[in-house]
Amino acid sequence: MKKSIFGIALIFFVAFMIMAAFGMRPFGEPVVSEMDDYYIQNAQAETGANNVVTTIVFDYRGFDTLGEATVLFTAVLGITALFREVVK
Amino acid sequence: MIDNFPFIAVAILIGLGIYTLIFKKNLIKIAIGITLIENGANLFLITLGYRKGSVAPIYTQAPEGASMVLPTPQALTLTSIVIGVATTALILSIAMIIYKKYGTINTDEVRRLKE
Amino acid sequence: MKEEMSLIVRTITKLIYGFILVYGFYVIVHGHITPGGGFQGGAIVASAFALLIVAYGNQGVKKYLKKDIFSLIESTGLVLFIAFAFFGLGATFFYNFLANSGGLFGNPAVIGVNPGDLNTGGTVPIMNFAVGLEVLAALAVIILTMSAGSEITREKEN
Repeated sequence: MKKSIFGIALIFFVAFMIMAAFGMRPFGEPVVSEMDDYYIQNAQAETGANNVVTTIVFDYRGFDTLGEATVLFTAVLGITALFREVVK
Repeated sequence: MIDNFPFIAVAILIGLGIYTLIFKKNLIKIAIGITLIENGANLFLITLGYRKGSVAPIYTQAPEGASMVLPTPQALTLTSIVIGVATTALILSIAMIIYKKYGTINTDEVRRLKE
Repeated sequence: MKEEMSLIVRTITKLIYGFILVYGFYVIVHGHITPGGGFQGGAIVASAFALLIVAYGNQGVKKYLKKDIFSLIESTGLVLFIAFAFFGLGATFFYNFLANSGGLFGNPAVIGVNPGDLNTGGTVPIMNFAVGLEVLAALAVIILTMSAGSEITREKEN
């Protein structure tokens, strides 16, 4: 009884998302792109690297990479703490 | 209408992930469902940044005079994939500890915190 | 149940293990010229360690891959990353103070399509190397700890 209510709600949710996918802008034409045009034009002159994605990850948005390194470190910390054997 | 197929694929992936979360009882299958939802979200991020008839945003040996795709969603997806790896590792470790204590990983029989 | 796999798997592992390591470090070091970088190269090197654990079992690998050394490498990588972020604090946090300056990694890049030069990039190759070390050690510690933990659960059901 509860499972069938969840099932009908799930079907409504997926139908809503597919109708939203039909109503979106055409695939392949971004609406606004001024920030990325600035990155593509000026990344090679300012940083001197050829790979624009790497300069965005490590130079223009390096603070997000610091947060992600912290998340990875915390996950390893949690796993090491879980598998510790208690000596009685 | 059929041009928007990547967005419809994202909707189907997230729908299948939520179906696995609701209707399955094994803890490993629930972990697979969470991974499906995260993969759907990463796919949506990448397909938002496509420009028709463009090449990858790297200047080493690119074709002359071609436009490039937007590089920012690709940088955000890198971070999201690594966070997904960390989450999946923690979920599977907790499943192993539950098996060690209860002897089963069926969620119908693991209802209360023991001792 | 024996833990290690058959003779064919062990021989192929001995042949291929070095090539996977070299390819992973190539992807890490050339992160500012070709597609790739720290995270991708670190995952490739960690898959070489996973191949070793699958082929030889947990007992055969325990003498050679220790968890303490990998923990030290991971902490070194993260401290190096944060230290190079603090060095540019004259202008702002994470400032690229080595770009176009003529010192280490300081050549200016040719504008437009060009075959890449390894000496360019500023602090980006150094940060690539630090994050590569960290991801490599983090994934290796995760695989080693979970593999050692599964032995405890297997003894319980016997």
